[in-house]
Formats: sequence, C-alpha cells, structure tokens
Amino acid sequence: MSRVRVLVGTRKGAFVLTSDGKRKDWRVDGPFFSGLPIYHVKGSPADPDRLYASEAGDWFGQVVHRSDDGGSTWRAVDNTFQYEGQIGTHQFYDGTQRPWAFKRIWHFEPSATDPDTVYAGAEDAALFRTTDGGASWHELPGLRCHESGPKWMPGAGGMGLHTILIDPRDPRRIYIAISAAGVFRTDDGGETWRPINRGLTSNFMPNPTAEVGHCVHRITMHPSRPDVLFMQKHWDVMRTDDAGESWQEVSGNLPTDFGFPISVHAHEPETVYVVPIKSDSEHFPIEGKLRVYRSKTGGHEWEPLTAGLPQEHCYVNVLREAMDVDSLDECGVYFGTTGGQLYASADSGENWSAIVRDLPAVLSVEAQTFA
Amino acid sequence: MIRVVLPFHLRNLARVEGEVRVCVDDPPTLGAVLDALEAAYPTLRGTIRDHQTRSRRPFLRFFACQEDLSFEAMEATLPEAVIRGIEPFLVVGAIAGG
Repeated sequence: MSRVRVLVGTRKGAFVLTSDGKRKDWRVDGPFFSGLPIYHVKGSPADPDRLYASEAGDWFGQVVHRSDDGGSTWRAVDNTFQYEGQIGTHQFYDGTQRPWAFKRIWHFEPSATDPDTVYAGAEDAALFRTTDGGASWHELPGLRCHESGPKWMPGAGGMGLHTILIDPRDPRRIYIAISAAGVFRTDDGGETWRPINRGLTSNFMPNPTAEVGHCVHRITMHPSRPDVLFMQKHWDVMRTDDAGESWQEVSGNLPTDFGFPISVHAHEPETVYVVPIKSDSEHFPIEGKLRVYRSKTGGHEWEPLTAGLPQEHCYVNVLREAMDVDSLDECGVYFGTTGGQLYASADSGENWSAIVRDLPAVLSVEAQTFA
Repeated sequence: MIRVVLPFHLRNLARVEGEVRVCVDDPPTLGAVLDALEAAYPTLRGTIRDHQTRSRRPFLRFFACQEDLSFEAMEATLPEAVIRGIEPFLVVGAIAGG
C-alpha cells in the first residue's frame, strides 16, 4: 500500500507527518527535539528509514541527530564540522574580510545509493561529507578554497550553502548553491569546483553580471533530465539546459519573481512550482493572497494555484527549503509557511488543504514516497 | 565528585535527569570539569564549548556558589564548595524572552 511521509523542520522542533496514498488523513508525530530549531530533516533514498536532522540553535550550537526507524527514535551523532587547511576569509556585510567560522548546517543531501554517505551544506559556506553514517564529518575544502572565496558574502540570513544536487547519472557531478555567492559545480566528486552563474543578473551587486556574488535562493532538477536546472534567485526565476553553463530568465508573467522555494513535478520535468513573494523588503505574498504559481512549460508561462489557500490577510513567508513533492502517480506538492501551516495538494497543486495549521515557523519540508 | 546541573536541552541530549556527577582530575579547574563532562557524555561535545575555539558558547553561563564564573579562565580553580561536592556547578542557558 502506498504511503507518504513528510519530514518537517521548524523553529521549535521537528515533526513527522504520515498518510496513505490518498493523502487525505494525516498523522502528526512530534515535536521531536522540542523547543530547538531544526533547519533540515532528510531521509536516505537508499534506506528511507535512515533520517538525518540538523539542530542548529544559538544556545547549544550544532547537533546532528540520526534515526534508523523513520523518525520514531533518534540519537545524536558527530557534530564536529572543522574547516580543513587554510581557513581564509570572505567578504562581510560591511565589505571587510572575515575569517570563515562554522555556524550551522543548513542542508543534508544523502547519497542515492549509500545511507551512510551524506553531504552537508554549512554556514559559513562549505561542504562536508560523512561516509560512516554521521560518526565523523570531513570538509571537501576545494569549494571553500575556490579562488573566488574572498568575494563571497552573506545574505541577510547568513552565508549558507543551502542546496546540494547530485547528478543521478554520475554522483561525481554535484551542484551546490550559496547565498550570496551563486551556483558551483564539481565534476570530480568535490575536489575542484567552478562557478556556473553565466546569465544571472543581480542589481544589488556593483557588477550585476559578476561571476560570483549572486544570491541564489534555491535550485532544483528533475532526475530524468539532470542537465536542466531551475533556480529561484533573490529576484528572477531562471533555468539552464546545459548543466549550468548558461542561464536564461523564465520569470515570464509571474506577478513578482522574488521568492525562495522552487520545485519540479515528480513526473513532468517541465512543470515547475514557485511561491512568489512581494519583494525583498516585504517578505509576504502580494495582496495578502497566498498563491503557488505553476508553469507547465518550463517557465515563462505561469498560472496561479489558489484553491484551498488563503486569499486574504495572509502575510506569511515560505522559506527556500520548505517545499517538496512526492512521487505518487498523482504528484503531491507540499509547502510550509513561517506561520506554521503545512499545506498539501494531492493533485499536482490544483487543490490545497492544511495538514496542520499551527506548527512553529516551518524551515524545511521533505516528502518521502513509499509506493 | 563534582555535581553539575545542566539546562533542560542538554539534559535531554545527554539523556540524564537531575544533577550529574563527574570525576575531575587535579587540578579541579573550570576546564577540567567541562572536559570530564564531555568525556562522560560525548553528545555534549561542542554544545557548551565551541569545537574549534574551545570557548564557552556565548548564550551559556557558568554559575556556582552565587558567583558568575562565565568569564573565568579555563585554568581557574573551582570554588572549594564545588570541589567538595557541597555546591553544584551550574551550566545555565541565557534567558530568552519574547
């Protein structure tokens, strides 16, 4: 019998939501790690009951939790994230150079084939990896030590490495995105990296088309077409058809092209979802109407999806990690808000309802499908 | 044995209830009690002191005998009452309102 599990990280703990394939009735378990900020919870594709959670608070720093039973029980694993070799400096908000300093893990990306291998994206931006199920973490310093590193700078939320995409054809090709540096790609398993930001324009930069410095909010790919990436940038929705060699804007008729998350339909590689947010000065939906926008044409042409979503007095935000899809025959789409609502659609976004309405602010949403 | 009181979240992480007691090598310093605590409860490593700098996390405080020891050097000897187990060593999370 098919079922879905949705892993939710919030400002005050983690939650595990489960339902059968109808996705009508949901069980809500949690909070786990109650009272603590959980930036991300993600399961291994190779062993879906193996979960990793990033607890990252101001009081106690970074803690990594692992579950081997789908989230029923957890244990802490290693939380040592040490930069390797020369620490170096990056640009700070005021333009001065600051040494890299580890703050937290924003994102876990487990290997598709090995539940013990997981990549972790850090603030200050760096890529770490475990190959022993979290017993130890080691940096892949080639990224942080890229010659452009001194030009990277934090976005308002910090200088986080927030997205990691592994090419399903070749796990040595990995894409990562950093706010605010941009997108980088390795073709040799993380030894060497190069920025792939050609075509991006960011008007907050002295040189709007510079090689690095772009505030990329999120990138995503459909596994059947790993050379095609979609991006929600600080402003602009973008796509590349050549593995990041060049990007084209596909914002089209969106009411605003500012936003954070972006997701691709599980079965339609040209169907893309975004949640437009009014602006970088006003982090809430336009006119107080919470609308998901869907393009079935890979961008340019977008349609609002509103059925079941609040269309007045709604002033929440949807953060970059807080949207995902399941892969049941009728694709489910999920997103969480800073107001604590977890919205779900069991029909590709046509109709929405809240699984739960009053969680703490939602930081991350990951859907697991059990066909 | 040194008596240590941990804040709620660290008790949960260490899976302990109430006070914990740790044996501290001589000399019984602030750093030595933290070393002993981390040795006895490895999941606490990095949560009281930063892994890299070994400094106290800024939102935590160390109290004992009605004194704030937060800014004492790690080499500072603990108060006699703490060494003798009469008074606990307190790790306290800074209060957060709002």
